[in-house]
Amino acid sequence: MELVVFFVAAGAAIATAVAVVAQKNPFVSALALLGNLASLAALMLLLQAQFLAAAQIIVYAGAIMVMFLFVIAYVGPRSEIGPGTRKPWQVVLAIIAAALIAIEIVVVVFSANFGEPASIDGSTFGGPAEIGQALMTNYLLAFEIVSVILFMAAVAGVVFGAGGRPLRLSTEEVLVKEGESAEARRRQASRAALDAARDAQPGEGAQ
Amino acid sequence: MTPALPLYLAVSGILFAIGLAGVLLRRSPLTILLSLEIMLNSVNLTLVAFSRQVGGSDGQVFALVVIGIAAAEVVIGLGLVIAMTRRQMVLDTDELRTLSG
Repeated sequence: MELVVFFVAAGAAIATAVAVVAQKNPFVSALALLGNLASLAALMLLLQAQFLAAAQIIVYAGAIMVMFLFVIAYVGPRSEIGPGTRKPWQVVLAIIAAALIAIEIVVVVFSANFGEPASIDGSTFGGPAEIGQALMTNYLLAFEIVSVILFMAAVAGVVFGAGGRPLRLSTEEVLVKEGESAEARRRQASRAALDAARDAQPGEGAQ
Repeated sequence: MTPALPLYLAVSGILFAIGLAGVLLRRSPLTILLSLEIMLNSVNLTLVAFSRQVGGSDGQVFALVVIGIAAAEVVIGLGLVIAMTRRQMVLDTDELRTLSG
């Protein structure tokens, strides 16, 4: 029974991963990655990692993928790019390199002898209590470092997203861009009238 | 019968290679980030599989840390994509080679 679940989940994980890489539309890619995360969560459940499976769904599928979908929707059709300048041999070489790494890992993994898995007594293994205790005792430093890194990433994300070029064009830039807008014409007219008045005034004063 | 450890490791290795192929082949930074997620997740699967094999929760804590770092990495990557979009740059990693010397 567990073997059936394993092969279904593993097949789904590999198929959705291929879909992520092969799809032209990034929206479809993101949705395929959602399926990939779900099947990986199933595999983690098979490995008695209940808390991690839940965290995977909540953090990845719930937060990170939603952010991805928001950005893909924000970028919109600009994310579809035309044919590039890559040479065919570069593509072939990349595929060969990836295939070699996959073959190497599979061969090594099946030829190694890992022995029997440890017996797990009781039901605390992989539960939130055990993970939380490990995080708060042995791995407290790693936990704190991750929190600091996340904070730095949040600040950097805001700086990247909102810094630099202003979110909206200034009114002057908009006027320059539109050129023909009524506001630009009105400003031009008023400036011309002002110039005319300034040109005319010294002449009148001289006479 | 429960599936053996090498099966999990093989799945994780294949996923890693697929993600690597995505990073190498695709030119859209959004798809490259998605492929990076596949690679990180395959490593997470390895960590969890070995954690089950050893019978301790250390590997799972490690995987949790990886998830946190992946979230930070996605924030930076997507922030860069948004900055590029706002500057009207082409979202093509082959075109973004100002820094490549």
